[in-house]
Amino acid sequence: MPQDVAHLVTVARDGDRDAFDDLVRVTYAETFTLALRLTGNEEDARDVVQEAYIRAFKGLSRFRGDAQFSTWMYRITANCANTHLAKRTKHRHEKLEDTDPIVDDRPGADPQLQADGSALRRRLTAALADLPPKLRQVVVLRDIYDLPHEAIAAELGISETAAKVRLHRARRKLREDLFPPRVEEAADAV
Amino acid sequence: MRCDDLADPLAAAADGSVLLGGDEREHVERCLRCQAELVQHRRVLRAMRALRTEVLEPAPGLLSDILAGLESAGERRAIRSLIQGHRAAYLGGLAAATAAGAAGAIVFANRARRLRTAS
Repeated sequence: MPQDVAHLVTVARDGDRDAFDDLVRVTYAETFTLALRLTGNEEDARDVVQEAYIRAFKGLSRFRGDAQFSTWMYRITANCANTHLAKRTKHRHEKLEDTDPIVDDRPGADPQLQADGSALRRRLTAALADLPPKLRQVVVLRDIYDLPHEAIAAELGISETAAKVRLHRARRKLREDLFPPRVEEAADAV
Repeated sequence: MRCDDLADPLAAAADGSVLLGGDEREHVERCLRCQAELVQHRRVLRAMRALRTEVLEPAPGLLSDILAGLESAGERRAIRSLIQGHRAAYLGGLAAATAAGAAGAIVFANRARRLRTAS
């Protein structure tokens, strides 16, 4: 697969539009996944993906090929998502519906769930969605997609120090959400 | 040193890219709470890395929307380069005409000067 992508990139850089379309077909689901994780919203993710591919198409001649195409797309997607989120003037608040069950279903409240890796993954996905966008972007790019601090800072328009501070805050928040202190520990801490 | 002072260093050290300082390490070696916190950070990190291989299926229609967007972006680019090409040709023609006019004027002026000198 990576070799196919590398070949398609080479041909597309020579101006073959069909090759670029094939490149989109091969990579768009992965790009969408990243966009969805960054924005936390499917509608925004769709807009971000479309914009990302248009930017990639326009900038393909500048892609030097010393990084993987997927990494290059991650950076473009991160930049588009950041721009898209910055344009938002009002924040979305999820309403607490009356039908929401009032139960403590956090993993820490259930040792069985805590032991279950797939449950942890589900909880993690929910905890990521609950993070403020600025923290979510950094932790997703660093801890899931393994982008270096320098690249993250460049694409989000912040300093490397700010990127690291946000990363540590995001990690703390995720850990606290996934492993809340037990009642007696919380009481001890007081 | 209090456990709360180590919250950020533990978050930073979870992936092994940052090492704890001597005092911090000493505290963690003695403190069960901080050890548990570090283990939890590493579990979260492992779960995060596992998400890397997960690909979420977009709703139908996204691929065709992307390709349609590229099509229109390509057309816009082609029109722009066509306009730029026409503009370049127009400016080139204008420059050539100006240069030819200037050369003609110089030749004409020289000839007139020669005729005046001869008479």
